[in-house]
Amino acid sequence: MSAPLLSIEDLNVTFSTRRGLVQAVRGVSLSLQPGEMLGLVGESGSGKSVTGFAVTRLLDKAGRIANGRILYKGQDITRASAADFRNLHGAAMAMIFQNPRAALNPIRAVGQQIADAILAHKRISSQEAREAALNLLRAVQIRDPERRMNAYPHELSGGMCQRVMIAIAISCNPQFLIADEPTTGLDVTTQKVVMDLLASIAAERGMATILITHDLGLAARYCSRVVVMEQGRLVEEAAPLTLFHAPQHPYTRRLVAASPTATSRVTDLVPDGELKPSIEVKDGSPPAHGTPPLLDVQRIVKRFDDGTAAVTDFSMTMTAGESVGLVGESGSGKSTTSRMICRLIDPSEGEILFDGYSISKIPARDFHRSPSRKDIQIVFQDPNDSLNPRFTAFDCIAHPLLRLLRMRSGDALRQRVEECAHRVGLPKELLSRFPHQLSGGQKARVGIARAIACSPRLLVLDEPTAALDVSVQAVVLQLLDRLRREDNLAFLFVSHDLNVVRMMCDRTIVLRAGGIVEQGESRALFANPRTDYTRELVDAVPHIGAPAALVPA
Amino acid sequence: MGMIGATLIRAGQRFLSSLPALFGVLVFTFLLMRVLPGDPAVFFASGPNAGKEEIEVIRKQLGLDKPMPEQLAIYLYDVGRGNLGRSMMTGQPVEKDLKERLPASLELTLTALLIALISAVPLGVVAALRPNSLIDHGVRLFCSLGVCVPTFVSGLLLIYVFYYLLGLAPDPTGRVDIFTTPPPARTGFLLIDFLLAGDLDGWWAAVRQLMLPAFTMALFVIAPLARITRASMLVSLGSEFVRTARSVGLSRWRIVVTYALRNAILPVITIAGIVFSTMLGANVLVEKVFSWPGVASYALDALLVSDYAPVQGFVLLMASVFVVVNLLVDVLYGIADPRATVA
Repeated sequence: MSAPLLSIEDLNVTFSTRRGLVQAVRGVSLSLQPGEMLGLVGESGSGKSVTGFAVTRLLDKAGRIANGRILYKGQDITRASAADFRNLHGAAMAMIFQNPRAALNPIRAVGQQIADAILAHKRISSQEAREAALNLLRAVQIRDPERRMNAYPHELSGGMCQRVMIAIAISCNPQFLIADEPTTGLDVTTQKVVMDLLASIAAERGMATILITHDLGLAARYCSRVVVMEQGRLVEEAAPLTLFHAPQHPYTRRLVAASPTATSRVTDLVPDGELKPSIEVKDGSPPAHGTPPLLDVQRIVKRFDDGTAAVTDFSMTMTAGESVGLVGESGSGKSTTSRMICRLIDPSEGEILFDGYSISKIPARDFHRSPSRKDIQIVFQDPNDSLNPRFTAFDCIAHPLLRLLRMRSGDALRQRVEECAHRVGLPKELLSRFPHQLSGGQKARVGIARAIACSPRLLVLDEPTAALDVSVQAVVLQLLDRLRREDNLAFLFVSHDLNVVRMMCDRTIVLRAGGIVEQGESRALFANPRTDYTRELVDAVPHIGAPAALVPA
Repeated sequence: MGMIGATLIRAGQRFLSSLPALFGVLVFTFLLMRVLPGDPAVFFASGPNAGKEEIEVIRKQLGLDKPMPEQLAIYLYDVGRGNLGRSMMTGQPVEKDLKERLPASLELTLTALLIALISAVPLGVVAALRPNSLIDHGVRLFCSLGVCVPTFVSGLLLIYVFYYLLGLAPDPTGRVDIFTTPPPARTGFLLIDFLLAGDLDGWWAAVRQLMLPAFTMALFVIAPLARITRASMLVSLGSEFVRTARSVGLSRWRIVVTYALRNAILPVITIAGIVFSTMLGANVLVEKVFSWPGVASYALDALLVSDYAPVQGFVLLMASVFVVVNLLVDVLYGIADPRATVA
């Protein structure tokens, strides 16, 4: 093996916070060969991003490399002066970031931003820099690059912004690239396109890449070597197949188990989980003939004021206790549809029958007064923003009880809230805490407890685990599945994660551009997609176990 | 460019939608003036001993004997024809008075705003680059002092130091000293008129005369501008696109000015618009201290003697200036922020 391009030796990074020094990275050592793609996998707080930022010296002001060396081509760059480092930035190393739109200057044309990066290292005229920028836009396969040169980030999609970001990163031919969660927040199909592009550019230019991700499948698909980090430590390092089929470290084992795959079931996610499927499964005798379905959506349409239609024609029925998944790319109308069904927005046309009664006639603005409100509850995507920061966990859960069931403050209320908290596995002591004092998983539990507080019959879940780490997601999914079975709840599960939907839902509806493309029993639908669109979606999901994809050259 | 076209269309729509508000201001001020205590006829009668008959005659002349709705209708009709009425104080039509005095106020306020921006933005940037450093605290102290000290105190203080002690500033009364012949009035802005007349000595005299009141006003508004610059600069510097700029090795100047400051300046534009409108109406204290012949002191004098027409004219003028300034801010914002046209 040749000399490593980059080697990190016993790296320690500390952050000074109000509560004293926090060790974010503890003694990490790893090396990167020229042209290699290395996966750095871990959950939030594992120190994987901090490691990346330490290498590129982009740590926050509070962060400091306390110990260790970072050798780039044999030179310790932790001691390089700011001026020397400025030459390394871009020309030797570059980075691409998680949220591509925020990572681009919102009021500067993207072509200009690429040109800025080029001009920082090359003494050429600005006209030549623009030419070079245009060529880079072509290299990252942006359609109509001449026009896009003058576009602003808000005029581009997330995937396009990430391509621009890649163009900026490779503009000065760096030796290696650190990609920090480059596709988190993008659709599966966009994710595949962006990752394929990144891999092919890296291969073409012989550029080494460190792929920082929480997605084991993604790392498995693109990396030749994967490093797993936990709480600032490096716990395991292996080739992806070895790692996923024979994980050594207990943490890796847990992580691998928690990652939903094409075959996993909810009960497999947490091997030594808190719950076994020992709960009575009420299979719910088929409803007597003639009873209306729980939910009957008839040809709803949503048009916005400017005439664009988010949902063109959507119909579905659901019986009590059934779980239905709603999948599709962003912009497919899945969130709009779910919001119409849970009556947060009004459909432009069509009818929604709940229990045989039309609920689409009641304006969304007044629906909170309808008796059906307590029957249809929602679990929101972002557990942070969907909780009132000035409400304690107790207040959050009690709120629907006070408003919808007209309960009074007192022992009965307290008892009910504690019961809900108990059911979602939230310790009683945490009820007096405010959202910012809770972890992501705990906040998700509060959100779920709030939704089930009024004993609803239909729960609309809008990407309920998208913001959570896989191991937390695993526990939350199990919790949701158990609640559903215990209460014979119906789930409308909106998600972009096909593996999650496959596990959680009996039936799946695939949406595209506001219309239904395909629907059917989940496993069958994903095993044998009937339309190209669904097949594309399914293929785009990175699977663990599939042989590492050949890097397309 | 399409972007600027869209901005202009948006500005036009804003202007149309502000017309009802202007009308409301018109009616409201009219009513307010009628409700306030004081009878103009009494003030403008020949003297304290004027008889009832004389007052009645004046009242008739002023049309104050007519019922209120009729008075309002007459007033609206006059305003519609561009007639704001006649000031009892100066004996001139109000629009003529305002036209003479508005340039003085505008000149003062614009200069003050310019001084404030030129000093506040760098102060804010410097403070944001080194938060909680000695410089930051220094800027904070300076800003606090600027806001705490009322303008009439700081104005007198400046006069004391620069006129009385150091003798650097000229006699702080009016726009030019009495020995300078004013230039032929073309724009009403002395600085421009002197230049047009080619009278550089006169121009310099006007500048010197302008400096003290302008600095007095600027001191007061540096604080909000510097604070907002600092705050939005901090956000900008901590943003992800600045991190991106650092990650590709852009020069520090480019990062701070082109990337951070240009984004941070957006809220400053908005605040500057508000500050300008407030200054124009609220600089009556400065105008009084420096005997500046501006619109605000004119309106105050008129108010004290219940001279309806000038006050109504002044309020209408201020409302119109406010509308125009907001439009300007809108247009500027649309040019500075490409996202604005989408919303």
